[in-house]
Amino acid sequence: MTQSHRIAGGQIDRTKTLRFSFDGLPYQGHPGDTLASALLANGVRLMGRSFKYHRPRGPISAGSEEPNALVELRTGARQEPNTRATVAELFDGLEAKSQNRWPSLRFDAMGINDRLSTFFAAGFYYKTFMWPKSFWEKLYEPIIRRAAGLGSVTREEDPDAYDKGFLHCDLLVIGAGPAGLMAALTAGRAGKRVILADEDFRMGGRLNAETFTVGHATGADWAAATVAELATLPNVRLMTRTTVIGAFDHGIYGAVERVSDHLPTPAKGKPRQILWRIYTHRAILAGGATERPIAFENNDRPGIMLSGALRAYANRWGVKVGERVAVFTNNDDGLRTAKDLQAKGVDVVAVIDSRQAGELLPGIRHLQGAEVIDTTGRLGLKSITVRQANGRSEIIAVDALGLSGGWNPNVNIHSHHRSRPVYDAGITAFVPGRDGPPGLLVAGAAAGQMSTHAALKTGLDAAVAALELSIGPDLPEAEDAPIRITPLWHVAHGKGRAWIDQQNDVTDKDVKLAKQENFTSVEHLKRYTTLGMATDQGKTGNVIGLAIMAELTGRSIPETGTTIYRPPYTPVALGVLAGRSRGKEFRPYRLTPSHHWAREQGAVFVEVGNWLRTQWIPKPGETEWRQSVDREVLATRRSVGICDVTTLGKIDIQGTDAGAFLDRIYANTFSTLPVGKCRYGLMLREDGIVFDDGTTARMGEHEYVMTTTTANAVTVFRHLEFCRQCLWPEMDVQLISTTEAWAQFSVAGPNARKLLEKVVDQDISDAAFPYMAAGNITVCGGLRARLFRISFSGELAYEIAVPTRYGDALLREMLARGAEYDPIVYGTEALGVMRVEKGHVAGGELNGQSTALNMGLGRMVSKKKDSIGMVLSQREGLTDENGYRLVGVKPVDPNAKLTAGSHFLEKGAAPVAANDGGWLTSKVYSPHLGHDIALGYLKAGDKKIGQRMRIVNLLAGLDTEVEIISPHMFDPEGERLRG
Amino acid sequence: MIIHHPILGPRDAQEFVYLGDASLIDRPDGMTAGVEAFHDYLYQRTNPAGEHQELWYHEQGDRSWLVVTRNTVTHEITKVELARDVARARGRTK
Repeated sequence: MTQSHRIAGGQIDRTKTLRFSFDGLPYQGHPGDTLASALLANGVRLMGRSFKYHRPRGPISAGSEEPNALVELRTGARQEPNTRATVAELFDGLEAKSQNRWPSLRFDAMGINDRLSTFFAAGFYYKTFMWPKSFWEKLYEPIIRRAAGLGSVTREEDPDAYDKGFLHCDLLVIGAGPAGLMAALTAGRAGKRVILADEDFRMGGRLNAETFTVGHATGADWAAATVAELATLPNVRLMTRTTVIGAFDHGIYGAVERVSDHLPTPAKGKPRQILWRIYTHRAILAGGATERPIAFENNDRPGIMLSGALRAYANRWGVKVGERVAVFTNNDDGLRTAKDLQAKGVDVVAVIDSRQAGELLPGIRHLQGAEVIDTTGRLGLKSITVRQANGRSEIIAVDALGLSGGWNPNVNIHSHHRSRPVYDAGITAFVPGRDGPPGLLVAGAAAGQMSTHAALKTGLDAAVAALELSIGPDLPEAEDAPIRITPLWHVAHGKGRAWIDQQNDVTDKDVKLAKQENFTSVEHLKRYTTLGMATDQGKTGNVIGLAIMAELTGRSIPETGTTIYRPPYTPVALGVLAGRSRGKEFRPYRLTPSHHWAREQGAVFVEVGNWLRTQWIPKPGETEWRQSVDREVLATRRSVGICDVTTLGKIDIQGTDAGAFLDRIYANTFSTLPVGKCRYGLMLREDGIVFDDGTTARMGEHEYVMTTTTANAVTVFRHLEFCRQCLWPEMDVQLISTTEAWAQFSVAGPNARKLLEKVVDQDISDAAFPYMAAGNITVCGGLRARLFRISFSGELAYEIAVPTRYGDALLREMLARGAEYDPIVYGTEALGVMRVEKGHVAGGELNGQSTALNMGLGRMVSKKKDSIGMVLSQREGLTDENGYRLVGVKPVDPNAKLTAGSHFLEKGAAPVAANDGGWLTSKVYSPHLGHDIALGYLKAGDKKIGQRMRIVNLLAGLDTEVEIISPHMFDPEGERLRG
Repeated sequence: MIIHHPILGPRDAQEFVYLGDASLIDRPDGMTAGVEAFHDYLYQRTNPAGEHQELWYHEQGDRSWLVVTRNTVTHEITKVELARDVARARGRTK
């Protein structure tokens, strides 16, 4: 069967043949075809099964409004579900499959749903599957999801790239039909920067589907000539295959360009799609209009489509949808279809015109005042039943039926800022209302200007108005036929179902049920029946549904109103929204200065915030992470270890008010800190909860260096700027983040000083550089550096900082010069072990819910001065003397294991929430002590030191007896760090 | 959204971080005000449907805190000021 339904004419390239398959069968088409036009050319009308009732369906449209002909394209990793066959551009080798059917499209077992339709009316699921409650998630929902559904997605990773781009222009024109082309021509000839975007692969809009003339040419030729002229203008950017998906704030429009969807695979180096962000003060919406069908019983059979689509398939694609065609219309536009098809030699059997009078076309049978009331043909239309003006019924054998219920302006984008469309009785449709997106004008059919002349004129006028031009090009002559329409939404007859929203299988009965149950507002109607949801967003069905609701409630259509639209205009692939931000590029890593050295050593890395830090560095023979970590801890405590702590936030704070500023920022006092000293600081949020901690050093009279946790480096800096600019604008304080400027290493262990003496140029003996000293020094014969004698590990320890580019060299130098002390480099795991042994708080304890009091640091909050969070930290509830306190925990049986997140329970207490005593925040294995240890928040924990409790974790199956101990589990007197 | 930075001109909202109501500038003095006053300062908001003064931080830019007057219904921005100027005008000093 080769293109049995192809007729003469059309904008397809018949010199080339494209081969494609649908459900495994081979077909042929031509460049210029869509998948739908090519299938129709081959006599294939059945393309899918409906969402709920699995009714056999064919396309009803020739554009992006298509609710029915949703197919799966391609195979393997590029398999793509729910693509509208009516906009899928044909390419050689395209493989397409129907969806939502089993075992085949012609015989679908789930078609039984259609027989059981009484049970599946709107609200059925809500009412029926209420009980037993537990059945919903496990039983009902999976079954329903399997039965009602559309295509399937591939489980493979998308092999294509998606991009994002930014464009600026003086005028964005949305839609390249007569109005859009005229607007672009007007602005383009005036030298303005114009972007003309159209979702189609061929510009011209409806002109390509009509036989009208514009000026002395056919509409399609005028469009092609206009596009050719625009293409010569350097100030005009033509974007085909580009859908403007939304109008966002302040003149920003989103658009998706389908760069490679029409190719088997993207060309080398080209993305599949691009998400454009277009900035413009002025835009013209020239998105045209969408025809709507008329609802009657069994109006959803393959072969029944919009009258304008029948015409488009004939005129643009050279395809007759059927051998014997009828048209059912309530307006003059339906007559155009009959006329065009007749001219193409298609057998137009009848025009059923619901109006009592009107134009009669020669050579065509007109049934005026008549209505189609039913149809036959399960897998494709076979006949229609017409109720004539005199009440008699007649069955007419046809295999295609065009429906024309009038045209709805595509107001969508104008509604994106919540402008409500208003009803225009003259065209029986909603047109753009007031208060649309600022700077957006509407022209042509989108504005309810339905004739070609009106489209050209309003397009020109809109461009002149938008850009304040004095004059535009001459207007070519074009048809200016009036709209003659007598509204008919729905043919009331019999007991069968009339489909309104074919995508969601919403029928007139569902609307009646919604009314019966008092879901009469349009918003309720939509949500109760799902009218207007899913990929087509009700482009063909919405207005009919609300017109029926208006009839049922005795209200007018304006009184009933309409729902409004949100972006996107048509469905957008998630891939293009993600763009390049996927996999490792989702969030770029930051590498520490020691990264390259650590990689040479075979280090294991861990993500900490957006940094990649060394977690541990395995030695040959170590098969388990704990072997490496235990060795790193023991080696540090025995001799010396080095850890890259560059990731900690570093902020330079200078100015005559720097000390006073820090007193407000920290809960404790810094103005009294002597020059050349550091101090541990605790920072609260204004609500009294601990925000961050770290050491801050006073490098000079008016100069401090603050360190923050890795996680809060950015937010602390933001907070300091807020305090400086918004709270105390007259303070003389200047801030700069120097996190990236300094490479910083912790050097810890009994031999830390001896190792550092090998690289530091100055005297750093205990007398010259005592515990908590800080200062500017030089290393390796003159390189500027900073030294802080601070300890997180509990050992004699320093942090040494050099300009970042010397970080790698300093590490190698320390290891080489200090080789006699057998230094090791430890990672974040060993760091964690040592800080838990010392009872220092970190991530698990600084959880955004804990106070200084909880951490056992309550006395650090000075009441003698105002500081952020001081007042609210004294709130009732945060000062409960039996509240959570930080404690140390060890198992009574040294071989027992602990798990972070486990809960404290008294011995013998049932593991229920009421008996919960708190939880373990951090747990490590201490190689020094030889057993697990943990930190935790325990209610009244400070009063329970020495007691025995249980640690329970129902998920891990853990129930272990533990002893509550001081959090300072290693060298509690601090003798080592002062050594 | 586009924010017209008083120094740097029109900037994409992606360069900014949002904090909230510009009443956060009006912090009570912790040495004289009590828990009640701080509670109101931190938690009580008018939440208007209409003009709203709010704090935005130009984090991917010059680190200015700005007070942006934005209509919460239409997103129209009618005024953008440096927060430091607003704070001074409201009598904040050191």
